[in-house]
Parts: sequence; C-alpha cells; structure tokens
Amino acid sequence: MSYLIGQNMTGGYGRGADILHDCTVGVEKGEIAVIVGPNGAGKSTAMKAVFGMLNLREGSVVIDGEDITGLSPQARVRKGMAFVPQTENVFPSMTVEDNLRMGAFVREDDITDSMEQVFGLFPILEEKRLQPAGELSGGQRQQVAVGRALMTQPKVLMLDEPTAGVSPIVMDELFDRIIEVARTGIAILMVEQNAKQALNIADKGYVLVQGRNRFTDTGAALLADPEVRKAFLGG
Amino acid sequence: MTYQSRVYLSFGSMAALLLIVGFFQSWSVAFAILNLCLISSVMVLGVNMQWGYAGLFNAGVMGFAAMGGVAAVLVSAPPVQEAWQAGGAGIVLSFAIAIATAVAVGVVHWKMKSGDLAKFAVITAIIVIGFVLYRMNLDPAVEAIEAVEPAKTGFLGGLGLPILFSWAVGGLLAAGVAWIIGKIALGLRSDYFAIATLGISEIIVAILKNEDWLTRGVKNVNGLPRPVPYEIDVQQSPFYQGIADQLGVSIVEFSSIYVKLCYSALFLVVLLVIFYLSEKALKAPWGRMMRAIRDNEVSANAMGKHVTGRHLQVFILGSAVIGIAGAMLTTIDGQFTPASYQPLRFTFLVWVMVIVGGSGNNLGSVIGGFVIWFFWIEAEPIGLWMMDLITSGMAPENALRLHLIESASHMRLIMMGAILLLVLRFSAKGILPEQDRQSHR
Amino acid sequence: MDLLNALVALANYILVPGIAYGSQLALGALGVTVVYGILRFSNFAHGETMSAGAMFAILFMWLFQSLGITIAPLPTIVLGLIPAILCMIVYLLITDRFVYRYYREQKAKPVIFLVASTGLMFLTNGIIRFIIGPDEQRVSDGARFVMKAREFKQLTGLNEGLAIKTSQLITVLAAVAIVVALFWFLEKTKSGKSMRAYSDNENLALLSGINPDRVVMIAWTLTAILATVAGALYGLDKGYKPFTYLQLLLPVFASAIVGGLGSPIGAIVGGFVIAFSEVTITYAFKKVIKYLAPDAWAPEGLVQLLSTDYKFAVSFVILVVVLIVMPTGIFKGKSL
Repeated sequence: MSYLIGQNMTGGYGRGADILHDCTVGVEKGEIAVIVGPNGAGKSTAMKAVFGMLNLREGSVVIDGEDITGLSPQARVRKGMAFVPQTENVFPSMTVEDNLRMGAFVREDDITDSMEQVFGLFPILEEKRLQPAGELSGGQRQQVAVGRALMTQPKVLMLDEPTAGVSPIVMDELFDRIIEVARTGIAILMVEQNAKQALNIADKGYVLVQGRNRFTDTGAALLADPEVRKAFLGG
Repeated sequence: MTYQSRVYLSFGSMAALLLIVGFFQSWSVAFAILNLCLISSVMVLGVNMQWGYAGLFNAGVMGFAAMGGVAAVLVSAPPVQEAWQAGGAGIVLSFAIAIATAVAVGVVHWKMKSGDLAKFAVITAIIVIGFVLYRMNLDPAVEAIEAVEPAKTGFLGGLGLPILFSWAVGGLLAAGVAWIIGKIALGLRSDYFAIATLGISEIIVAILKNEDWLTRGVKNVNGLPRPVPYEIDVQQSPFYQGIADQLGVSIVEFSSIYVKLCYSALFLVVLLVIFYLSEKALKAPWGRMMRAIRDNEVSANAMGKHVTGRHLQVFILGSAVIGIAGAMLTTIDGQFTPASYQPLRFTFLVWVMVIVGGSGNNLGSVIGGFVIWFFWIEAEPIGLWMMDLITSGMAPENALRLHLIESASHMRLIMMGAILLLVLRFSAKGILPEQDRQSHR
Repeated sequence: MDLLNALVALANYILVPGIAYGSQLALGALGVTVVYGILRFSNFAHGETMSAGAMFAILFMWLFQSLGITIAPLPTIVLGLIPAILCMIVYLLITDRFVYRYYREQKAKPVIFLVASTGLMFLTNGIIRFIIGPDEQRVSDGARFVMKAREFKQLTGLNEGLAIKTSQLITVLAAVAIVVALFWFLEKTKSGKSMRAYSDNENLALLSGINPDRVVMIAWTLTAILATVAGALYGLDKGYKPFTYLQLLLPVFASAIVGGLGSPIGAIVGGFVIAFSEVTITYAFKKVIKYLAPDAWAPEGLVQLLSTDYKFAVSFVILVVVLIVMPTGIFKGKSL
C-alpha cells in the first residue's frame, strides 16, 4: 500500500451531489504522483478530498498506515501533509520571509535550516526576502507558495495546479524544482492541467473522468498508451 | 404548526392583548396603543422592503422618519407672513445659490477631463465661492426670521394646507434623501451603506434641532392642525352626546375614543394600501428578482441583472414608506419635537420589529410592529414590576434597591437588544417566516 | 498684522485639541480596524465598547479614590485603566462566545454580523445606563493643566495664551505608547504575525496550522485595550456621558474608512484627518483674521464655516467624498 492513499473515495461539497465516485489516488515517499483529466473531471476535488476539505460518504484516507479520514485539514497539517492551493496561496501583504515563517507556524524548533533549504531551492526568494509577496510575479509567487508549504517539513506535498498561469519556461523550471523536492524523500501529489509535461515527470499518473479512475499507471506507460494519448493528450 | 394557523394565532393573541388592555386598563389606552401599532407597522413595511426583500441594512430609519415629521410641519403649519417678509427672499436666494453651485460643479465635473489638477482647483474654487455667497445671504435672513416673535414663531411656517397632504409629501422628501444616499453608497460594501445611512440620519436630526428658521429647532412646533375632529367639538355636539348616552358612556370618554378611532381608520387605510402594494410587488417578477439578488448577488450580477439599480429602487420605495409613517406619527402627536428622534426609538426598535415579525414577510412586518410596540409600551411597567419583585426583600431606602428601581427605564434598551439577538440567533425567520422562499440564507 | 499671536491662537484652538481628539479617534478606529481585519465585519457596537471601557475605568477610579489611592498630579482614572481593560476583555470574549461565534461557524454574511453588532450596541448601552446611569460624570482629578493660558502669556508676553490640559497630554502619550506597542506586536511577534497572516489570507493561515480561535481571541483582546483606552481618554478630555459614544461612532468609522478599513496605519492617519477637519471647520476664525488682516477688514461675524452642532456632518462629508473618489481609503485597506 502507498504511503498516502485515498481509497474508494465517494463524496462532494457540503450536501451537494457527489463529485467523486469510488476514486482512488495514492503516492509513495520520494515519488511524484500526478492527477490529470479533462475539465470538470474532479481532479482538484480528489486532491481536496485527500486533504479533508470535503465530506467523504464512502472511502478512507490513510497515511503511513494510519486512518485519518476523520481529521480536519489543520490536523492533517500536523500529520505531515502540506497543501498548496491553486490561487491565493501566499500572504500578499507580508514579506517573503514572513510568508515562510508562517509556513513554519506550528513548529517549535529552529527553522533556519528549513529556510536555507527553501532559499537553496528557490534562490530568487532569498533575493526578495524582504519584499511583500503580493508584489512578486506569478511564477515567483508560486515559489513562495511551495516554499511556505515546505517550511512545515511535510512528508507529503500536495500541489493544486502549480503551473496555472505561468509561462512555459517558468513551468519547466518549477517542474525541475518539484523533482528536486521529491528527491529529498517527500511524497508529491499534484493536479495538473498540462498533462503531457506533468506525466513526463510523474512516477505515477491518475487519469480521472467524471470523478472516476479511468487509467492508472506509471507516467511513462500512460504517455505511451495510445488510448490515453488520443483522448487526453491531443494525439 | 402550519403557516395559516400561525397567522391566526399571532393576530388573535395580539387582538386579545389589546382587548385585555381595553377591559382592564382603559379603552382610551388600548386605542392609543393600537394607533401607534398601526403606524409602526407601516414603518416596518418600509424597512422590510429594504431588508426583507433586498437585504439592505438601513441604519438610518430615524432620519427618514424625521423627514416625514418635517413634511408635516412644512405642509400644515400656518405660514408666518412677517418671517417671509423678513427673510424669505434671503432664504430663497441662498438656496438658489446653493443649487447653482451644485449645478456648476456638476457641469465642470462632466465637461473637464477627470484626474486633471485644474479640474480639482476649479471645483474647489466654485465650492468656496458658492459657500461664501450662500452664507452671506443665508445668515442675515436666518437672523431676521428667527427674530420674528421668537417665543411663538421665529420660523417661516408651512403652507397651511391640510395635514393629510403631508403624508404624501413626507414620503417624497424621504425618497429624495434616499435617492441621494443610495446613489452614493449603494453598490459599495454593505457596511459602507449602513454607515452612510447612519450618518445621514444623524445629520438630518442635527439640522432639525438647530435650524430654527425651518422647524423652530428644539423649541418644537406645537398645535399642528388635525385631520380629525377635536375632542372638545365632539363633546359639544348634540349628535355625539346622543350616541354617548345610548352607549352609556360619559361624553368625555366617548370623545377621546371617537377621535382615536378616527385616527385608527385613517391609519388602517394607509396600512392596507401599502400592504396591498407591497404584497403585489413582492409576488410580481420584480419582487422575485429582488429576492433572487438578495440570496445570491454574485450570480444575479452574472446573469446581467443591474443589482445596484434594483437596490436603489427598493431603497427609495422603502424610505418613502418610512417617511409616510413618520408624517403619520407627527400628525397624531400634533407637534413636531426634533429632540424625540432617538436612534433607539426610530431605528433600532423598527429593526427589532422587522426581525421579530419575520424578515421578508409583509404580514410578519405588521405583526412585528404590533407585538414589539405593545411590549415597548409595557416594558417600563414590566421592568418596574420586576425590579420591585427582585428587591422586595430589601429595605425601602436601600441604595441598591433605589438604584435598581430608578434604572428600570433602561430595561427597555437591554430588553430590546436581547430580543433582537435571541430572535436573530434562535428563530431567525421570526414569527411569520418568509413564504415560498427558494433557498436558505 | 500679528503673525505670532495668530499662530498661537491657531495652536491653542486647533492644533492642541486636534491632536488630542485625533489620538482618541485613531485609537477608536484602530479597534474597528482590528475587528474588521480579523472578523471581517464593521462592529457597530464599538462606540458602546469604548463607552463600557470608560465606565469600568470610572468605576475603578471611584474605588481607588475611596481607598485613598491616587497618583496626583495624574488623574486617578489612568490607574483604573488596567482593571477596566481586563473587565472589557472578559466582556468582549463573552459576547463573542454567545453572539458572534455562532455566525462565524455558520459562515453568515457580513450584514448578519452587522445586525448582531447593532443588537449588542443597544444591549451594551442599556447595561451601561443601568450600571452608571445616563448622567454626565466628571472624571478629571489631579492637575488640570500642564500649561495654563495665563502662564504662557506671562512667559512669552503675547496676547494669546496657549493652554495644554493634563488630559490632552496624557491622551497623546497614551496613544503613542499604545500604537507603538500594537505595531511592535503585529510586526515583531509570532502571534502578531499570525494575526496579519490570518487577516491576509484566512484559508492559507488555516493551512499553515494557525489556530483561528486563538486569533479571534487575540483580536478581541486588542479591541478591548484599544477601546477602553480610547473611551476613557475621550471621557477624561470631554467628560463622560453615556450617549455621546453613539455619536462618536460616525467619526470613528469615518476615520477607519478614510484611512482604509483594515489598515492600522490608515486608521491613525484617518483619525487625524477627521479630527483636524472637524476642529478646523467648526472653529471661529474671527480672532485669527483680526491678527492677520488690517483693522478695516475685521469681519463682523465669527467666520465659522460650520456651527459646532454640525461637527458630525464634517466626518460624514469626508466619508462620502472618500467613498465616491476612492472607496478603499487612503491606504487601500484590507489586511492588518
């Protein structure tokens, strides 16, 4: 069984209709798992379900063998999960450094090492450490967002469309950084609109359609699968 | 309990309460309460349009009610010829200057490029010059007017018309103020709107307290003409004496009740007309759209509904109704007393009525107006009685006991605040919940 | 032409009262802004919160006076501030627990909070009148003046005096101390930063493990401190009358909005903008013009732009202009 897994998840927001139907996504430590699929397939919903942001009617979420289905998102943060929302993922009026400090809010220990690590990963952030995050460019803001999440020293990093609205060059750069993060032993689960590029770096890929698992395989296998290529990757 | 039975039960209980007052206290008191209940209900219908239909928080009900009071004075008070001769021309001229200034500012605003420093300078210059000219004409005129028999008049007086006209004029004046405030503050965030209405109502009342030439300020305008007969005339009429004899009541009591009944009839007609129109509007596509906007402003906006424009309409209409009620109130008082415009009595109390009665339900507004007014009047005796009970073990001259009994009048504030919070929290739909509502909250 | 006397007259009637009043408004507006930044509604009960804080300070003042504890030349009410603040923290936390928390959990619209705060405003007003009565209370004891007009005239030989009341000096010093402490808290401490983070982006703050209940608690604590000090200082300066605080609500909100709701710096700037506009526009300039202009030009009237009865209209007009021209205020408010 995977390190983190959301199994047979069925549910939706509030009392609304179900969006997920018997959906399963999971990720190993040090691996990158990518959720792709057409618009409205429930990709982000699946990720939010894993993070406890909607009520599951059926199914469970298990991390490191421990069932956390009943925990609030905040409690999951303490279990080592970190979530980077797609939009509004920084504190705009606070400096880059304070953004990172807020990421480490629950930690009592010395955070300078983590801060150095983040700065090592995203050198531009060190340069702009005293600038309010709201004044940065889109790509830089995404870096702050990922950096903030890393400051919690997570075991799982969850990214909701990290490359939305950034240029292709910045996207490649961000993917490189994400691979680097995975190499440190963190499990990465992300939702991506740019399916081809994302599957390229993925150890595991989930293709969702209408809230159900359609294809599940390694990233390379999915890229090679003619059916997947034709339906979801534009040939 | 079905909605129907809730309606019968609530109105039945209310009637019973009034009957109890009639039998055990006096019929005169019962009808006095009934009249104020009717006026309150009209006012509540106005606020309900704004809050219940559209979700607008008008924190300045007091100001719109005061505009109704002003209308009563301006329409019905006899004109003071000497005052007009002394300063009428000055007043008219200074207001002409004020209007001209406003027009000039408007023209400059439209014609000149915005963001221009020159435009700012020109507008400022126009306002300064206009203000100086305005004051130069106004001040001596005001002085002259206020010098005319200050103990009796000292103001311009009104038009000397029947006071019933003032009900319509009060509605128009309130609507005018609402138009100005709505233009400025609607479409901004809900709290800005609330603060703007709060501010304008404070200012209206400040003007009424201080501009003696207009409404005599805190010296009050007494003896406004009545739309109904005076008790003394009723008592002297052989016709009514005969009726009183037949009913077996004294002519004094009969006259008092008869006059109140006349008022009741007038108020009832207004209430019914406004109620009918409110219901019509609510059930019409206009009302449905208003509620749709209230329940989801974002999607209504997305569907291309002009939200701010709709809100302006409903705000003006609601304020006009409040103005009508304000004029009715000054009519039954027979005098205009600016100091009596307290936010507690005129803004907050009406709000409690709306929420307790049932936001969005016109019938609820009526019952809310009745119930809360009834308890508002009875709160003081109840509070006094409670304090007496609590302190009954203490010596009569005990300082705490005296303090508590003396403070019983403040129980009203505490009680109304508590009622509002409790209803809002535990029974947000009120006595008569809104009907055929599609979505909740 | 007598420039010096004119300047002293201006300082005496505009500068000194304006600074004192501005400090009071700034503290009041800061309270409004803290609640808005964290709880995201305009707290109509804030005027009464200030009043209740002042009332507690007066009650403790009486207690200390009856015990013979005074701190002359300072007024005794200063001593009453600390227990009064504690009482207000308790009061605000109770009201939050029983009124606002429910609506927070329901994620109710801001206007519902507004209505609830109006209910609380009248409830609080009733409790205040119940406890201390509706009459005016004199609160200044100790030395009344730091500098008397007569002393200043003797010192400088000018016609015009410059008087500084003890209450005015205390107001300014207390306001500066509180504002410095507040900014230090918000900028330098972890708790303060978590407040700013919560105000900036509530969801992300939750994702970072910031405890919302704690943030809300700190917000009410700050509000209690700010409101009590503002209310007591206003009472010390102008005399404590329970009903004046309802009217103070308008200038306080005008200050907060003019500066930018949610912006602490904006609240301070807004407070002084409103205070100086109010004092300047309602000041009779006759005396100053007499010093500056040739005798022949001496004005007949008071040369007062607006009578003091309309001082609230000044804040209202400024508010309206700001709402039309730049609805987000000078400092584009939104977050702490």
